[in-house]
Order: sequence, then C-alpha cells, then structure tokens
Amino acid sequence: MRLYAVCVYLFLYIPIGVIALFSFNAGRHASQLQGFSTKWYGKVLSNPFVMDALETSLMVAFTSALLASVFGTMAAVALQGIKGPLRTAFDLLIYVAVMIPGIVIGIATLIGLVTVFDQLNPLMAAIWPDGFVAPKLHMGMGSLIGAHTMFLMALVVIIVRARLAGMDRALTEASSDLYATPMGTFWQVTLPLIFPAILAGFLLSFTFSFDDFIIAFFVAGSETTLPIYVFASIRRGVTPEINAIGTMVLVVSLMALITAQLLLQRGGKKAK
Amino acid sequence: MEIRGYIGDASPVNNKVIAELRGVSKRFGDVLAASDLNLSIVEGEFLSFLGPSGCGKTTALRMLAGFEVPTEGEVLLDGKVVNDLDAYHRPVNMVFQQYALFPHMTVAQNIGYGLRQVRPRLPKAHIAEKVSKALDVVQLNGFDDRRIWEMSGGQQQRVALARAIVNEPKLLLLDEPMAALDRKLRKEMQIELQNLQRKLGITFVLVTHDQEEALSMSDRICVMRDGRIVQIGSPQELYDQPNSRYVADFVGTSNFFDGKITDQDGTLTSVLLDNGLTMQGKPVGQLGKGQQVCVSVRPEQMKLHRQGEGLNVVVQNRIFLGEHTEYLVMHETLGEFLVLSPRQSEPDNGPFNAGDDLLVSWASDTALIFDNI
Repeated sequence: MRLYAVCVYLFLYIPIGVIALFSFNAGRHASQLQGFSTKWYGKVLSNPFVMDALETSLMVAFTSALLASVFGTMAAVALQGIKGPLRTAFDLLIYVAVMIPGIVIGIATLIGLVTVFDQLNPLMAAIWPDGFVAPKLHMGMGSLIGAHTMFLMALVVIIVRARLAGMDRALTEASSDLYATPMGTFWQVTLPLIFPAILAGFLLSFTFSFDDFIIAFFVAGSETTLPIYVFASIRRGVTPEINAIGTMVLVVSLMALITAQLLLQRGGKKAK
Repeated sequence: MEIRGYIGDASPVNNKVIAELRGVSKRFGDVLAASDLNLSIVEGEFLSFLGPSGCGKTTALRMLAGFEVPTEGEVLLDGKVVNDLDAYHRPVNMVFQQYALFPHMTVAQNIGYGLRQVRPRLPKAHIAEKVSKALDVVQLNGFDDRRIWEMSGGQQQRVALARAIVNEPKLLLLDEPMAALDRKLRKEMQIELQNLQRKLGITFVLVTHDQEEALSMSDRICVMRDGRIVQIGSPQELYDQPNSRYVADFVGTSNFFDGKITDQDGTLTSVLLDNGLTMQGKPVGQLGKGQQVCVSVRPEQMKLHRQGEGLNVVVQNRIFLGEHTEYLVMHETLGEFLVLSPRQSEPDNGPFNAGDDLLVSWASDTALIFDNI
C-alpha cells in the first residue's frame, strides 16, 4: 500500500521535477542534460514576446481576480440572507460552475460572445453619429477578463461562504444591538472577519487565471497570454526556455497557493 | 392560570413602566415559541425569565432586543410601540450567552463600539473617558489594549457587560450570561451583577434556566412554560405561593402525592391519595370535589422524629449539606420522598442514619393542593 502511494506521488511529481531540472540545462535540447546553467532564464527575461505575454497574463489575472473577489464577496454575503429552495438552486449552480470543464466554458463563452457581438456591432454602427467610426466589439482583453471573472467568481463565493458560515451569528447581532446599521456592521465586523478568506480567494483566483490555457485559448482573440505563448512555441520544439518559463510560473503559483492556505487557516482560528 | 404582572416588594425607585409586552405571540413556522405574553417591566428592577430550554424565554428577550418581530401583540419601550423598530435603533443592550465579543478588536475597542456608532459622532476623548469608566466599573482597569482571546471566561464576561452598560441602556438584557462559567465564578458574578444593578440603577432583564440564579438575583421572576407565562412574582412569592404544580416543582423542590378531592371544609381540603391515605392541605385555585389533584409539601416543612404521631418511614439515604441534612425516606405506600432537616434540631432527634425507622409529619396548612396538570 505504501509503495503504491509512493508510486502515485512519483508519477505525479517526476514530470514537474524534470521540467525544473531541465530549465537549468546548459545544452539546447530539452531531452539531453548537458551541464548546469541559468542562461535560459536570462534568455526568457530578454525575450520581448515572452515579456509581452507575461504582461497580458498579469493584467488579465490581476483584473479578473480583483473583480471576482469583489463580486464574489458581494454574492456570498447576499446569499447569507437567502433560504429555502432558491438557496439550494444557487448553491448547486455555483458548484456546477466550478466543476464544469474549462473547455466547455471556453466554447460556450466564445459562442455566446460572438453571437452578442454580431448582433450589437451593426446596431452600434447604425446609431452612431455620422462622421465618426463606430467602435467594434471583438474578442480580446475584455472578453478574456470577463470569462475569467465569471468562472473565478464561483470560486470566491465558495471560499467566502465557508468563512461566513463559520462566523458566529451573534457577532453581527451584537453589532446591531450596539447601534450599528447593517452597512456599519458589514464594514466594521463582517468584512474584517472575512477578509483573510477574501484575500485567499483573490490569490487562488489570480493563480487560476494566470495558469489558465483552455478558456483563454478560445476567448483571447488576438491577445497572447503566457500559457498561449508556451503552447504556440511548443509546436516549434521544446527548448529549455519553455522549461524555464514553466518553472517560474510554478514557483509563483505555489507561493500564492501556500499564502492562500495560510490565510484560510489563520482566519478560521481567529474568528471562533 | 394566567396572572398579569404586578409589582412585588422590589427595589424599583418609582413605579414607572419602562417596557411592556402586550399580548405578544411569536410563531416560527408551525412552532408557537411565545404565546400571549403580558408583562410590565418597571424601571430599575431586576426581572428574570425562568424556565427550561424551549419555554420561550429567549424568544421573549429577543423580541425586547429587536432581533425578533412579534407575530401578534405589541412590544413597548418607554411607552412607545417598537414592534417595527430595528435593533440598532432601540435604546437596549444585550449581554450574549457566549459574549459575542469582536475578536478583531481590543478590549477598549469592544467597549467603545456602541459609542462609536452614535451620530453625530461623539468626541474621541469623550468616548475614551466613558470606556475607562466602564472598565473601572467591571474592575478591568489596565486591560484596555488586551486582545479578547487573551482574557479568561470571567474577564470576557466583564468585557461583555462593560460593552453593554457603557451605553447606559434603558434595558440591559442578559441571555444566560452565567452559563459558560464554572460554579464558583458563577456565584461571584451573581453577587457582582446584583451589586452592579443596584449601583447603576439600570433595569436588568435576565434569562436563565437556573432557578437558584433567578431566586438569588431577581426582584421579580417570570416563570415560563411552553411559550406561556405561568406566574410572575417575587422569589419569595413564587416559593411560598406557587400557583401551580409546575411552579412548585420548578422553583425549589417539592414532594408531590397524587389523589382525588373528597372533602372541602373551610380553608382545608381533604384528598384521598391513590394509595388509600388521606391528606389535608390548602387548595390553590378553583378545585372541585372529585377532581384529580396533587398534594405538594416542601421538604423543609416536613419534620422527622423518633416518637409521636406521623407517617412511618425508613431512612434510605442521607446527604449532608452543611446547615441542612437531606434525607431520602421511604414510605410503605407513598414511596420515596425528600425531607430537609435543619442542623440545629438534630442534637435532640438525630442525626438519623440509613435504615432508621422514623416518623414524619408536617402542618396541614403548609401542604398545597394543585390541579394535577
């Protein structure tokens, strides 16, 4: 049994380890280890295409994580006041949104947006004043951020809801008893107590968005995110440069995930 | 059965009614949590709602606080109907069962919370002064910057108390505030709470299931059962003149003997017990001949002796309680019941031991007869 467990973990982690190892490869082939070097990291950082893709990825991840955190928290707080079948329906839909395969979200968002854009663009062109060029809605940064926000919001709702459920209801009652209006209670009691969960939700969202390839591939339009860049360059052959990018993404993601986990644990203890 | 609230021989300064429940009922779905509550709370008194869990006492308190809206009837504060007034607009503060202190604030921040909500804003110095006075009252000087989780249970309770009284509420509501404390600390806090109430003159409304707590602290007690008020009165009235078997059983201890009324003669009524014996006692309420009733005798009204007249009993068990000794005695047909003997009488008569054959007697006018429900 123990051997079996070890095998499973090796199977899971050896490829990742190999990627990290080969990113320090001195040779130019991804399959042959030829001495230690950090030159691929230097090459990555001076590659303008990589830096452009990184900037796009960071921009998308930051914006969509921020939007998802704000709207997700609002939804989670609002859901507190809802009971009965409506609540059950919402809960179900939120879990479905998290579990649905990325490829389905990607295709669905693409089809949905293209349909809407095709309807809206002629309409806008028609009502726009003469002499000005009507703006044309198209796939790009906006659709990328929108699609990611929708998907990540469900994640934030789940994390924040768990925190809210663990919070003593008497705390908000005490606040209300001490003359605080519902808004006052939210800002002074609820928000400070659920803030670690919101921050954790933000970090997880950031990681998910930053690492996402499938949804981005469908809705990115002409934009290139880092995962899309990696995918495109693999078709030209795997170089240690790809390994270096992968390792850097891995390290950043892991740090964000660990921070999120710590926040959730600490916040949970404190509010008991 | 229902008796309207009246003022006992309590301490209230004047007889101004500060809060009132008028025919108040509360329904949660199919459950009637409170039913037709009528009660006047007098300014400056210490009133307790007493009853087992689920009797509606907490619901009554939460309707005064504004956390629950009555399904029927009116809640009045200071002469005004406040049914639709939100909790945060009511000049009422509550000490919660688990204290509900804000974990992300210091002790001083917790206590000043209510004052910080006042609009237009109070000057910072004014708040600080009031907070420090409140800390003084609950004897927690110097704890201002402590975190809540650094405080013991007893200290946390004082913080909760200070956080409520600092606002000088018209009513201070206490929801089983002693439940989380150990026995010794509970005794101390009971005395302290009583002193505090006398000193501040704030009207206290306490919810408890602990009869001892209610008896020792309250000016008046409101005994509840199944969402209804059963009896309201001073602790002494409830103890000496319970209006039902339920109150006699819940307030203090009583021995009950079931039977049927055979004769009504002046002030005393005779009851033929189910096992053939006849007892006499004072009837409580309207009782008729042939009615199923119970005879209630307090253990301390019974006297044990070796000679003379009385029922023959055998001592089963003896519990030494310091000033008193509690005997569990067995009668051939009545079964087991309790007798409480003061220590002073024992040199002549006792102490009795398990297995002793004794006689037990009591004055007939100390026995009460209740409708058997």
